[in-house]
Amino acid sequence: MKFRGHKVFASLQACLLIFLSLLLITGCVSRQVSLYEQIGGEQKVVQIADYFIDEIQYDRQILSYFMDSDIDRFREKLSEHICVHIGGPCTYTGDDMVKVHTGMNITEADFNRVVELLINAMNRAEVPHRLQNQVLARFAPMRGEMIYR
Amino acid sequence: MNKKSHAKTSRTRLSLELRRGRSALLSAVLLAFMCSSSPIFAGEGKLVATAGLSQVEGAGGGGLAPWATLAGYDSRDEISLVVSSSQANVDDFRLNVWGIAASFYDRVELSFAQQTFDLTTSPTGGDIRQNIFGIKARLYGDVIYSDWPQLAVGLQHKTLLDESVAQAVGAKKSDRGTDLYLAATKVHLGLVYGYNFVWNLALRATKANEMGLLGFGGVENNSYEFMAEASAGLLLSEHLAIGLEYRQKPDNLGLKEDDWKDAFISYIPNKHMSLTLAWAELGTIAGAKDQNGWYLGLNASL
Repeated sequence: MKFRGHKVFASLQACLLIFLSLLLITGCVSRQVSLYEQIGGEQKVVQIADYFIDEIQYDRQILSYFMDSDIDRFREKLSEHICVHIGGPCTYTGDDMVKVHTGMNITEADFNRVVELLINAMNRAEVPHRLQNQVLARFAPMRGEMIYR
Repeated sequence: MNKKSHAKTSRTRLSLELRRGRSALLSAVLLAFMCSSSPIFAGEGKLVATAGLSQVEGAGGGGLAPWATLAGYDSRDEISLVVSSSQANVDDFRLNVWGIAASFYDRVELSFAQQTFDLTTSPTGGDIRQNIFGIKARLYGDVIYSDWPQLAVGLQHKTLLDESVAQAVGAKKSDRGTDLYLAATKVHLGLVYGYNFVWNLALRATKANEMGLLGFGGVENNSYEFMAEASAGLLLSEHLAIGLEYRQKPDNLGLKEDDWKDAFISYIPNKHMSLTLAWAELGTIAGAKDQNGWYLGLNASL
């Protein structure tokens, strides 16, 4: 097998260039204001949590996971959890994600469905698309702590 | 050559590369569309839309390159089925493709595609048809959720139904050939000014001339070579994606076969369909120079 290095280089360099351009652009964006503030603070977080619970109540498949849940407690802990992870001035007083989801055996498909319900909730709360993506980016790494447990 | 020296050479050559026309143009286009990203596009978008499209050889991917994502939206508990059809019209040729791909439990993808290549301006006319059977296996990760990119390995077995043109241009083999590839794909949520960014890099071992339409191997080279294929895209909303693709190609026949590139816009109204329009620059094909034109692709999934 031959390896046409120089041509591969050209492509890789083009990719690298794209990445550097992206870093440059993203670097220019101010990181001073927290995502929490950009979204609209406490009021918006509570609104997202409320709409999210509403979305769950209309989804039979997902609702089945919440049959034994105390909805008021869930609303409170969920709001805190969102607040903390988007840089808000809150303290999360609930259990960790592994403990919360253990025994639920959430499938990947249902997890994806719940993400969609969260997106629906953010749409209803009129959170702009670009802020939604950033919120999701904060929660995406927790997936492993939530599914198939 | 080892990877370290590659990386070092890449870095030291970057400033030179910046001066080179093609890369400069590429970055200018990229910068232009990123700087113009304004809240105008911040529609009622959701996430997802990350199943990708179908590439020109039937595998799940971008238009040109196979991606590490499998066709369809299946999770590890589901199966999905995708049918696709596309047409590319360049100056002297037309390429029609229809394909079907099934993905099982987000682990294995099986695909079939038939390509029909029309020599639209040739006095003798004629079609070249090729069947492509594909298999792809996801090795690692989730395109959105894993820390590292999703990885997949794939194989495309190509059988040429019309061999006369391949024989005429001097292909060593005119009946069939097999490509092997490794692909890495990643979606970065909210990376670029809040927009989701997706990239793909595939490395393909191939002997195919013009994807196999002109046979496999030739007088200039008859061994497998590694070709890089890259895609980069931005999701302006859940329903709209724009991006660039690049596909490196060998020149086994000595006909100055060029690398392929395109700029695309995809409309993804829901998880069941997508529509892609692209401007493709395919360079020299079988000695005919500057083959540019439009590509239109349609995907439907269950």
